[in-house]
Amino acid sequence: MMIDAVLFYVFAAIAVASAVVVIGQRNPMYSAFALVVTLCSVAVIFGLLGSPFIAVLQVIVYAGAIMVLFLFVLMLLNVKREKDSPSRGQRTLSGVALALVTVLVLQAGAVLLRSRPTPAPDYDASTFEMAKILFSPHFLYAFEATSILILAALVGAVVLAKKEL
Amino acid sequence: MENPAFVHHAVVLSLILFALGTLGVFLRRNVITVLMCVELMLNGVNLAFVAFSRAQGTLDGQVLVFFVMVVAAAEAAVGLAIVIALHRHRDTLDLDAFNLMKG
Repeated sequence: MMIDAVLFYVFAAIAVASAVVVIGQRNPMYSAFALVVTLCSVAVIFGLLGSPFIAVLQVIVYAGAIMVLFLFVLMLLNVKREKDSPSRGQRTLSGVALALVTVLVLQAGAVLLRSRPTPAPDYDASTFEMAKILFSPHFLYAFEATSILILAALVGAVVLAKKEL
Repeated sequence: MENPAFVHHAVVLSLILFALGTLGVFLRRNVITVLMCVELMLNGVNLAFVAFSRAQGTLDGQVLVFFVMVVAAAEAAVGLAIVIALHRHRDTLDLDAFNLMKG
């Protein structure tokens, strides 16, 4: 239990530090690699929170598939370093303001969570339990709809990236 | 199994990741970096879902994370295809260059 907490704080620190690198870098390539580090440390935290299925999914789908797609496009388009723009100070100010508002609003939610006593007597998030819920009538149709969504995204991506649009 | 004490801190971490993503969307001028910041925000939301699911002792939050990941994958595929089309038309990825609809 003790080692869990230590691992959580170590990987939380890594996740925040690499997220800062993601938004602080001018070279998109470095941002992409920092984002891979963030995603992997969040995957470790998913595992520590007792959800191995989501942790593996995070590594395979996010750090694997999605980030490869990002890196592929970055290399395909030969993206250069970002240049300075005139509205930079104004944008930074509005970004900080919006981020602070988000933190305050969501912190209120976190406080609400803290005030509610919720013991978790038998929490079993194995792949078997996940599948039982995912294929239950409650989520089955949504699950089938995702396959149509993926197909539509596939066709849409091919059409959008075609030469003669 | 007792809840680990860091469940609350996982919610705070998700909050920090979401706020950093928001800041990045405003700060960066490169379309692809902005898309990556959106992914960062989605990841913060996913982390909150998992932490709440753990705190409640139900698996519904994790099923939602599954759906968020599917939508994120679709969003990344279509978004990056749009980026390629934009780059072909304007030969740049700077967001300030795409101002055709500006009033």
